[in-house]
Amino acid sequence: MAILDDLQLSRREVMATGAAIGVATVPAAADAASGQPSIMKVSFTVNGQRQTLELDTRTTLLDALREHLKLTGSKKGCDHGQCGACTVIVDGRRINSCLSLAVMHEGDEVTTIEGLGSPEKLHPLQAAFVRHDGYQCGYCTPGQICSAKAVLDEIKAGVPSHVTADLTAKIQFSEDELRERMSGNICRCGAYSNIVAAVAEVAEGKA
Amino acid sequence: MKFDTPATTNPIDQLKVVGKPVDRIDGPMKTTGRAPYAYERHDAIPDIAYGYVVGASIAKGRIASMDLSRAKAAPGVLAIVTAAEAGKLTKGDFNTAMLLGGPEIQHYHQAVAVVVAQTFEQARAAANLVKVEYVRSKGSFDLASAKDGATKPKDGGPDSAVGDFDAAFAAAPVTLDETYTTPDHGHAMMEPHASIAAWKGDKLSLWTSNQMIAWGAGDVAKTLGIPRENVRLMSPFIGGGFGGKLFVRAEAILAALGAKAAGRPVKVALTRPLMFNNTTHRPATIQRIRIGTDRDGRITAIGHESWSGDLPGGGPETAVQQTRLLYAGANRMTRTRLAVLDLPEGNAMRAPGEAPGLMALEVAVDEMAEKLGMDPIDFRILNDTQVDPEKPSRPFSQRRLNECLRTGADKFGWSRRSRTPGQTRDGRWLVGMGVAAAFRNNLVMKSAARVRLETSGVVTVETDMTDIGTGSYTIIAQTAAEMMGVPLTRVNVRLGDSSFPVSAGSGGQWGANSSTAGVYAACMKLREAVAGKLGLDPATAEFADGRVRVGNQSLPLEKAAAQGPVTAEDFMEYGDLTKTHQQSTFGGHFVEVGVDADTAEIRIRRMLAVCAAGRILNPKSARSQVIGAMVMGAGAALMEELVVDKRIGFFANHDLAGYEVPVHADIPHQEVIFLDETDPMSSPMKAKGVGELGICGVGAAVANAVYNATGVRVREYPVTLDKLLEGMPVLA
Ligand code: FES
Ligand code: FES
Repeated sequence: MAILDDLQLSRREVMATGAAIGVATVPAAADAASGQPSIMKVSFTVNGQRQTLELDTRTTLLDALREHLKLTGSKKGCDHGQCGACTVIVDGRRINSCLSLAVMHEGDEVTTIEGLGSPEKLHPLQAAFVRHDGYQCGYCTPGQICSAKAVLDEIKAGVPSHVTADLTAKIQFSEDELRERMSGNICRCGAYSNIVAAVAEVAEGKA
Repeated sequence: MKFDTPATTNPIDQLKVVGKPVDRIDGPMKTTGRAPYAYERHDAIPDIAYGYVVGASIAKGRIASMDLSRAKAAPGVLAIVTAAEAGKLTKGDFNTAMLLGGPEIQHYHQAVAVVVAQTFEQARAAANLVKVEYVRSKGSFDLASAKDGATKPKDGGPDSAVGDFDAAFAAAPVTLDETYTTPDHGHAMMEPHASIAAWKGDKLSLWTSNQMIAWGAGDVAKTLGIPRENVRLMSPFIGGGFGGKLFVRAEAILAALGAKAAGRPVKVALTRPLMFNNTTHRPATIQRIRIGTDRDGRITAIGHESWSGDLPGGGPETAVQQTRLLYAGANRMTRTRLAVLDLPEGNAMRAPGEAPGLMALEVAVDEMAEKLGMDPIDFRILNDTQVDPEKPSRPFSQRRLNECLRTGADKFGWSRRSRTPGQTRDGRWLVGMGVAAAFRNNLVMKSAARVRLETSGVVTVETDMTDIGTGSYTIIAQTAAEMMGVPLTRVNVRLGDSSFPVSAGSGGQWGANSSTAGVYAACMKLREAVAGKLGLDPATAEFADGRVRVGNQSLPLEKAAAQGPVTAEDFMEYGDLTKTHQQSTFGGHFVEVGVDADTAEIRIRRMLAVCAAGRILNPKSARSQVIGAMVMGAGAALMEELVVDKRIGFFANHDLAGYEVPVHADIPHQEVIFLDETDPMSSPMKAKGVGELGICGVGAAVANAVYNATGVRVREYPVTLDKLLEGMPVLA
């Protein structure tokens, strides 16, 4: 990781995008012991709908979605940035929503799995996951799909990855690119081979 | 219904719906985030408070004192429950340690308190204010040093012997005597253990994540000391289990206790870092294998001994099981020994016994073949047996291991493998291929279901069977559709509720065959009832295309429900076909790896499994079971290890960054071939399980491939690059 690059980002951006640098944190107990939690108002858009919440400042974006807005499609697999089950898309980029406090998202646009499609009207990625059986227990699945959606956009936008061979050429979708970029989304059921098939089908426009 | 004679032709054999690779019926809900898991039941109950579990920070000893004052005074706290407040709790039948510890502590991260507060953040903050003083006592944490004190477990047939192993092994011209170790493994399912508890008077509702609903309801009742009929468990969606959710765990009991104390519904999820030491794991093993053959490679003596550890009162990892059945040989012995360890509770994880057992046996077989100068596939085929080698009067119901191996060899390009290791290069990679046999017994379990023909013509199936990612919803719907002659879209399946008839549940790869056989039995009864209502002869009635036909008389199915729904309930139980015939599932795993010639980094390049497992009810979801198990086996081979801190007595790497499991980049495209097979001895479905077969042997196939690539034989799993570096071939 290029440390200098990070220093040039604003703190908020680092927090919003820096899933890879996060580690488990035990929230300071002191403020809980000393008095009432601090509550803040925050407004953001979720799946096109404006939401205003009064939240304990310790509330993660993930818990704001799951517990307050009752959008439980985003999953909590570890709550500290190690599994990807909580992946959502914020202002076009995927993040681990468990690593991000809700109050940091004032004015942001959040897309969750519920915003991509519904059982009656599946997003092409969702339909491809069903066709290719790209899931088993389904718990990592919303994170995989949100991540895959953002990965395809990243490749389109020319964002390179560890396996990108030529940084000057236009980046092409490949299964290796996908596997590399999706490696933050753990599937303990081991549906990887099918997930790759599903996403590749959509990426290659066969869906 | 009782299944005690081999199946003949029945409605399932039409295979109009069963046996088809249909998409899962729960797929649209799961892929859109609409399937509600245990912690997410906002729909079921309002006003839920949050519980947060405090785990013990010693492995063995006593709580000297607990200071709850600061936690109790923290904002939002509604209740704190410790063993001191909980009243009498009884250990569940399926648990080894108490789910709420104190004053005695039996293992690290055993729960000692649950803090209930208005919000999750408040509960978590207050839980950090619970102060516990412990008195630590000396524990036993190291299997290798406890091994010599290991004893013979009371049950489970720990010893087996046929012929004279010692004499035959001593006389054998070619022998192998090696010891292999497998470490502790974590289930690490993606959905943490989670439950919501709500009391109405003395009745408890528990939305939970559990593979075995009836066992769970029984153990919740027993633990809390309340009548079983006062407990209702609901578990319609389960975010993975792999054996880790076979039993009631702490979060369910603590949610119930917390809800009682707070006077409000309470939900509790185990945090990821608590899961590995708080719950169960697959125990580590030390395995000694001895094989003796004649000069032609025929096994004359085969012996397998295994040592594992568990808490007092716990059980062994039965790693020798498959060695009693997998290969021929007149002189045989197995021995299972159990040491007392004060680590967290050891218990079932996907293919308990065979998964670690085959990781050792199938490497030993590879080594033996090499000693004999034989191809490892030829060696296995030469030593095939069509009967139980301990009891030759008992044949296998089906056994096509040889065909699995031959088919796989052909499809995988096995002939391109160099028999001398370290010979194949592809750029910077040393390339190797490995093979192993897959073997797992087919268990059958009594299973019940209720089916109802609704007035709309829809068929509803209710059973407490669970779908842990296995595809139960779909294969149950396929079974009911086939039996009642309706399309899949006209079947409704409701699972995982203890108010439904008791099923086989999800474990031991018995779920698919057993639960659908229960649905078959219930549908047989419903067919009779429907025919009766329509005034048709049930014996000759045919159910197809939404109609019931006898001769040239044909009536719409739903006509039978014109006066109201028609319901039937039945179960399938089993006679002694499992005793007269050995029922097992078989496969061949083929793996190609690349090992970096400089760094010894190991990458899996190709994987193939060929399985013979009876009728495959849904090739799409069955294939997923197999590839998923192969992934878990690859993890066991190359990275998974719960590292024991032997001073303090806990698994040090207790999260997903420390306990590494395979990720996308570790797994290549995988192939699975199912041999066309039906097994009429197993059930009217003629099916067997595949969910565990897929993990059986794959670890050894990976290890054998690494050996073939490098010439370095690693007998201590996981096979990591540090164990290869010293022995790597000198670069030309
Ligand atoms: S829950 Fe956010 S990364 Fe695991
Ligand atoms: S589908 Fe179960 S963890 Fe991925």
